[in-house]
Amino acid sequence: MQQVNRLKPFFENINFEREDNTMVVNFGPQHPSAHGQLRLILELQGEEIVKAVPAIGYLHRGMEKMGENMMYNEFLPTTDRMDYIAATSNNYGFALAVEKLLDIEAPRRAEIIRTMLLELNRIISHLFWLATHALDVGAMSIFLYTFREREFAMDLMEDYCGARLTHSAVRIGGVPLDLPQNWCDDLLKFTDNLNKEIDNYEGLLTENRIWRMRLENVGIISPEMAKSWGCSGVALRGSGFKWDLRKEMPYGIYPELDFEIPYSTSCDSYGRYKCYMQEMRESMKILKQLIPLYKESEPQLMAHAPEYVSAPKEDIMTQNYSLMQHFVLVTQGMKPPKGEIYVATESPKGELGYMIVSDGTPYAYKMKLRAPSFWHTGILEDLLPGHQLADVVTIIGNLNVVFGEIDR
Amino acid sequence: MRAYSPKQDVQKKAYYNDRFHVVPQVPRANVETNEQFLADVNALKEKFNVLDAYLEKGHLVLYVEPKNNVKVVTFLKEKLSYDMMMELSAIDYIATRGGFEIFYEMLSLNKHKRIRVKCFVEEKEELQSVESVFKMANWSEREMYDMYGINIINHHNLKRILMPDDWYDYPLRKTYPLQGDEAAAWYEVDKIFGKEAREAIGPEIRDAAAIDRYDTTRFSRLGHEVPYGADITNGKEPEHTPLAYQEEGGVKLFGVRLIKELHEDKSVELKKRR
Repeated sequence: MQQVNRLKPFFENINFEREDNTMVVNFGPQHPSAHGQLRLILELQGEEIVKAVPAIGYLHRGMEKMGENMMYNEFLPTTDRMDYIAATSNNYGFALAVEKLLDIEAPRRAEIIRTMLLELNRIISHLFWLATHALDVGAMSIFLYTFREREFAMDLMEDYCGARLTHSAVRIGGVPLDLPQNWCDDLLKFTDNLNKEIDNYEGLLTENRIWRMRLENVGIISPEMAKSWGCSGVALRGSGFKWDLRKEMPYGIYPELDFEIPYSTSCDSYGRYKCYMQEMRESMKILKQLIPLYKESEPQLMAHAPEYVSAPKEDIMTQNYSLMQHFVLVTQGMKPPKGEIYVATESPKGELGYMIVSDGTPYAYKMKLRAPSFWHTGILEDLLPGHQLADVVTIIGNLNVVFGEIDR
Repeated sequence: MRAYSPKQDVQKKAYYNDRFHVVPQVPRANVETNEQFLADVNALKEKFNVLDAYLEKGHLVLYVEPKNNVKVVTFLKEKLSYDMMMELSAIDYIATRGGFEIFYEMLSLNKHKRIRVKCFVEEKEELQSVESVFKMANWSEREMYDMYGINIINHHNLKRILMPDDWYDYPLRKTYPLQGDEAAAWYEVDKIFGKEAREAIGPEIRDAAAIDRYDTTRFSRLGHEVPYGADITNGKEPEHTPLAYQEEGGVKLFGVRLIKELHEDKSVELKKRR
């Protein structure tokens, strides 16, 4: 147990010179390959790592506390700032959890638009992952190619909701806007182009000798280790589990969609890289299936639940009762039933879970945000020893950790 | 008399409560409605004391005794194939029940089922670490300790994880204040210069975004520039502010002025773009 409230300069307590000939290297928190504010204290024997201590908390903003002191609708934009590379998945996970708690369902068109945004955001996130990971390993040109495509994907996002990174485009009960005209055509154009581009990326990397040498047999997460450390997403699928919540415990309209779950039994960084590449293709497959579904759906965008969700803007502006109800919902907030709920969705990083304990007031009694990257960082403690110093950046990059959601 | 506000729960509250609003409860189902869960609960009941078990939104919720937590989790993992622990944390009920509810959120990959194992510990009571069963508890329990100050034993490295190591108090407790300390502005001044220097030095500015429009040494007002350090606290600004902003003699390179000297009296104001 620690002594509280006693000032100790902790950094100075680390011995940099020791009897046993190992060297302590302080990696981060401002290292460009640390993908945010990760501080790693590495003990080196020559170039081999004998001990690794990841230290986090440099981006802690107290989101769980904020979640307990904000009304549900107020908190939604805050969730953007968790995994800021794929904000939609955070919004969606939260909205879905609250909807399940309230026992309401988003209309079909809203669900389709949400799924479109989710998959587009998954592509954005995976492109970002590929760019930064390849850059860390030394493949500079990939960074430029992937960021170009990512830019086009973000343009689509911007066309839909006006924001590029933190777009609270999902609301509790549906989505606020319909797709703009020609958006589906632009999306099709984008996916066709990206298909070719992904072939190019794979042409540059998959059989590249340096790429394979840097990734193969590096960062091996055994199936037992993956389960014990609570890995999810590609970190779990890369260890031989065919487990994707979209397929195994489906939500939204995923049961209607046809897509495959790529997985790898090699357990190393290279296998995970292949999973990521395949997952982008599967996301595009989903996006293509969604366009006809969107066209034949009814135009309603927000659920009809006057107790919890405001009426459409036209009604608020024209009808007295809608305005009153909107006023109450904005100032006092919705009052959900008493109860507990844990809802997990598959974000690009893994299982993103929202645990909400409601005591019937407009503020959540307890809000626990289960961010997958938290344990994907914790696993570094066990994963790094035995590797070379140069493999550290490969492994950190490969695990796709985002510090917004680790520190919350 | 000042309104009494209880100190046990200082979190934000709704400003208005409808007296006639009846809070509904999320429906809870009996365990018997699901065969899979019923078999699991029966298997568990043979070995351990299960205080309560019900289904809530498709989730099996189990209450067990806190002293059994490691054994129950091990049993669930090894015998009932709940092979992953996805999340664990605490819920603060100090104000109402004098302790915390701990929950372990578990997942079975082959049954496709989730369960939540819960136990109640008193505020100072010891809780065994489940780190030996699931390694993810290494970091989760550190976070739980960091945020709630729960007394966890048999953890190999129990120290704060998100907050600084010398942090006082536990941020997610309901007693934790939402606002900063009013006296904090004087801490450093008192410590370094002594209390008697308060008047001379003034409070420490702890707001990183603080702006002082009368402070002409650190702020400049666009369109109303005044000389560096000029005193404008009385609201009177100098009638004339020199336009020349260059150093005395100008910036020189190889003895030549890089920018021509500005003669203010000869300068003209253009009415229209040329």
